[in-house]
Amino acid sequence: MNSIWTIARKELSDSLRNRWLMAISLVFATLALGIAWFGAAASGQVGYASTPATIASLASLGIFLIPLIALLLAYDAIVGEEEGGTLLLLLTYPLSRSQLLLGKFLGHGLTLAFATVIGFGVAGVAIAVLVENVAIASLAAAMLRFIGSTVLLGWGFIALAYVISVRVSEKPIAAGLALAIWFFFVLIFDLMLLGTLVASEGQFSAELLPWLLMLNPTDIYRLLNIVAFGDSAQLSGVLSLGADLPIGAAGLWIGLVLWFAIPLAGALLLFRNRRI
Amino acid sequence: MSCFHLDNVSYRYDKSPVLTGIDLTLEPGEILGLFGHNGAGKTTCIKLILGLMTPNQGSVSVLGGHAGDPQVTQHIGYLPENVMFYPQLTGREILNHFARLKGASLQQVPQLLEQVGLGDAMDARTKTYSKGMRQRLGLAQALLGKPKLLMLDEPTVGLDPVATADLYRLLRELCEGGTGIVLCSHVLPGVEPYIDRAAILTDGALKAAGDLAALRRQANMPVTLSLDPANSISALEHVIDSASSSSGLIIKSDSGRLRVDVQPRDKMALLHAVMASGEVADISIHQPSLEDIYVHFIGSGGLAHRGGSQ
Repeated sequence: MNSIWTIARKELSDSLRNRWLMAISLVFATLALGIAWFGAAASGQVGYASTPATIASLASLGIFLIPLIALLLAYDAIVGEEEGGTLLLLLTYPLSRSQLLLGKFLGHGLTLAFATVIGFGVAGVAIAVLVENVAIASLAAAMLRFIGSTVLLGWGFIALAYVISVRVSEKPIAAGLALAIWFFFVLIFDLMLLGTLVASEGQFSAELLPWLLMLNPTDIYRLLNIVAFGDSAQLSGVLSLGADLPIGAAGLWIGLVLWFAIPLAGALLLFRNRRI
Repeated sequence: MSCFHLDNVSYRYDKSPVLTGIDLTLEPGEILGLFGHNGAGKTTCIKLILGLMTPNQGSVSVLGGHAGDPQVTQHIGYLPENVMFYPQLTGREILNHFARLKGASLQQVPQLLEQVGLGDAMDARTKTYSKGMRQRLGLAQALLGKPKLLMLDEPTVGLDPVATADLYRLLRELCEGGTGIVLCSHVLPGVEPYIDRAAILTDGALKAAGDLAALRRQANMPVTLSLDPANSISALEHVIDSASSSSGLIIKSDSGRLRVDVQPRDKMALLHAVMASGEVADISIHQPSLEDIYVHFIGSGGLAHRGGSQ
């Protein structure tokens, strides 16, 4: 446990030193406040629209930004150490490969969690203080749900980045593959799903189709933040499939947890079998 | 308890043998030189002892335990070749990090940095370090927590002559304290005075192992005597000719001296005869150096088939 914490601690202090933590927090806070204030601009007025609309917009932007940040944070976790020659050295220390990877995960995971809590937390507090007549209880619940699911989504992509990082031997390849993962889950997947939907002309099993959304953590994340308001009108595009999903919010949470637990377990397994 | 013991160890990489049937032991307080051409299997040997890989055959025991066990690795210091440390951290921060991982006390960190000559640079980021300074930092790292087994891969690369001498003095001290040390180097004349034993690897097999005297005996290479004649060269030549019962003596005259290559077993007989004759004013004896022995065992097969990757 001690060595896991030693590795995590170095990652945390690195992200403070290179100002990643500060930069991500700042981006999140700016994003949240911007959307809160100008979210209603489309309907011709400036000001706070409503909590569900704000969260829905935040979640839609979040799926672009959070996977990208998580992948950038974590893609060189192992391959970077290898290129610097420190991986070989670290493994000659009383430190198992699993401990090294879990330490990295703890460090990167906490960095992302702190940035999310600080960035969106500040924005939430600002909205509660500055906007008149906002229902504090529902805002707080929505914000907590949003922050929690954002952290889980980020962890999922950190774990996916590790799967790459323990497999490849060069940093540029790891970076390229990380971008490919982002491209696939954020842009391609929904298009493919939509294509399947149209091409099958309703022949596709109507029971099975909504479950396909569970194959993409960013879809689970959006569903989770929108469905919670019980307002299916906000569900657009392929997400409308989610209204037919026979699992509740708890199922979606479990889905997000699995989406970081399974890739992390996979990365650990791959790392353990890798030849040094 | 030996520092490590390799017993009939073989290792294959994708079915091509890297090491075959290696038997090698290091006792506490010994300095072993591990030599071989590029791709001979030195690095693989070290990785097996460090527990980074397991052999396909044979057994590796390290400090009385299993290679790679945390209780064992805690007492091993390792300096890899060409390590780049985290460039954005200072020397002190890096050493603190590694000390924590090793469970060593943080108090020794400034002391160690001082000892390797980084006292003034310990709070500078390592991206400003020269190659020699990075090498010193690597050494300080290897010395964390008073290791019982120290493995150094090309420790003198980038070090100036004074620092190199300091390093060997330090190693000698550690040795006297009971640490077993493995030195891998290509600078053979540099390490020769400091090693107790040498092991020479070629193509994954142990060609020779032992102290220098044993290796010389095994190599059976001629000893060169350099003789100054007391009276005349021809008189001295005559003495040598009549003294040598065996063939194979080579006599070369150059600038008034004689160089005689003599088989080790004939050396004393020849010396006695020469001394008794009174025809010699001065004698110097040149034993084959570590480099000569190395070339003898490796064979001077040229670079072509010595390529191989490490």
